[in-house]
Amino acid sequence: MALSEAARLRAEVGRQEQELRVLRERLARVEAEESGPGLEAELPPLPARAALSAAEIARYSRQLVLPQLGVRGQLRLASCSVLVVGCGGLGCPLAQYLAAAGVGRLGLLDHDVVETSNLQRQVLHDEAAWGTPKAFSAAAAVRRLNSAVQCVPYPAALGPATALQLVRQYDVVADCSDNVPTRYLVSDACVLAGKPLVSASALRLEGQLVVYNHNGGPCYRCLFPTPPPPETVTNCADGGVLGVVPGILGCLQALEVLKIAAGIGSCFSQCMLVFDALEGQFRNIKLRPKKRDCAVCGDHPTITALQDYEAFCGSSATDNCRTLSLLPSDDRISVEEYKKLLNEQAPHVLIDVRPQVEVEICCLAHALHVPLSKLEEKNEECLETLGKIICEGKQRANGTAAFPVYVICKLGNDSQKAVQILQALSVKEFGSLVVKDIRGGLMAWATKIDPTFPQY
Amino acid sequence: MAAPVSLLVEFGGGAELLFDGIKKHQVTLPCQQEPWDIRNLLKWIKQNLLKERPELFIQGDTVRPGILVLINDADWELMGELDYKLQDQDNVVFISTLHGG
Repeated sequence: MALSEAARLRAEVGRQEQELRVLRERLARVEAEESGPGLEAELPPLPARAALSAAEIARYSRQLVLPQLGVRGQLRLASCSVLVVGCGGLGCPLAQYLAAAGVGRLGLLDHDVVETSNLQRQVLHDEAAWGTPKAFSAAAAVRRLNSAVQCVPYPAALGPATALQLVRQYDVVADCSDNVPTRYLVSDACVLAGKPLVSASALRLEGQLVVYNHNGGPCYRCLFPTPPPPETVTNCADGGVLGVVPGILGCLQALEVLKIAAGIGSCFSQCMLVFDALEGQFRNIKLRPKKRDCAVCGDHPTITALQDYEAFCGSSATDNCRTLSLLPSDDRISVEEYKKLLNEQAPHVLIDVRPQVEVEICCLAHALHVPLSKLEEKNEECLETLGKIICEGKQRANGTAAFPVYVICKLGNDSQKAVQILQALSVKEFGSLVVKDIRGGLMAWATKIDPTFPQY
Repeated sequence: MAAPVSLLVEFGGGAELLFDGIKKHQVTLPCQQEPWDIRNLLKWIKQNLLKERPELFIQGDTVRPGILVLINDADWELMGELDYKLQDQDNVVFISTLHGG
């Protein structure tokens, strides 16, 4: 007997409901994987592997035939987990090569989102990922490359409350971070958890690499017991970096992680690699051994739990540019106030104190360019030009009051230093002046006054 | 009387920016009563090479935290730090540690 129409439809609804349930479960699994388990979550251990599948043999054949790696090494890679702290210029190539080589699990940690200025060096992120957390963007790219690698994205900052528990869950840690407090935090956590730390850094055209806390070698604190003064630390935004330089360092870092994970061992314990891209030079430096009086890895450690690393270093655990406050507020004006002065055609001189290379990127056409470095050295030629321009300005102004001079730079830090120098010089060199800086500099001008002005 | 000592003094990792951006300096330390050591070399550098903002390089009688000193490609801590007696043709490198990534 044929089914009634109603019965046929009931069966169809049931079938579709079952399909939906399956889809919903899959979606929940994918969402959970994509959003990450949270820093505190306990991960299941990677299963022990006794043999490679035919697909794995085909995939990794070019490295399997290396006697130094072989099947044994590959099986070790497959059961190894690596925590990548920072998915930027170092972390991207590192994660890429570790995934390609068949590492079992990659923890990808980064608190930032993808910005346009990252794309020049952070090669796992693309234009479509703009605004996405870097941990997710990196995880998605790594999954596309090798779906067998378990990716655990952590879109969060690493702090003393969570770092130790997280580090304990991984076999090897790669420090690809961009700031001093995080470097001390990661190193201390690795010492307390007994994990090897493969650490690299890059800036401008140079890079450095060391493996810490491995084979009885020193830790980061053995080398640097005292953090550097914050004013001596330069970030990539201020100092600049050629993308391929962290790329090279991230690849070298991946190499050392793979050697440790495969049981080959690293040659950079108690040894620093220094790379100078301009000279094309790699230098291997023999470092001090582990220090018996080290505060964290020595014979009588005073640091037995993670501490407040931002307080210890006197700087924040980000690579944001610093904001100095050197001048009283009376000696500063906003970009809005300066725009008003321009509209009123008020007589003044504007001095741009950025380095030449930045002036070539963009500038205000009416500004006089005098780099801060020339002011600091009281360069005679520059002071003479400046004196002449101010003198002309004064004549045009025809006033008796002190002549206004405004100073601008990229963000409003160097301009304050320049104001202090000019104020000290002014009466002797230029007669009576009122010197002020423009708060927030040209980047504030770009965001608040002229959206067509380039931001860099 | 110690004979003059010729050295290759190098700066890197950004430390060269305190020395007009010049990384390699071939220097000759003059004859003096005492033998030249790193402590004296730092004083000599401060007087002869370092023009601006010495506090970014030297603190007290030693280098500021974050600068690694290498003597002939070895960490100065293996060589006696400030007390290392300089030999003719030694290579002394001052490297500022990098933190970017």
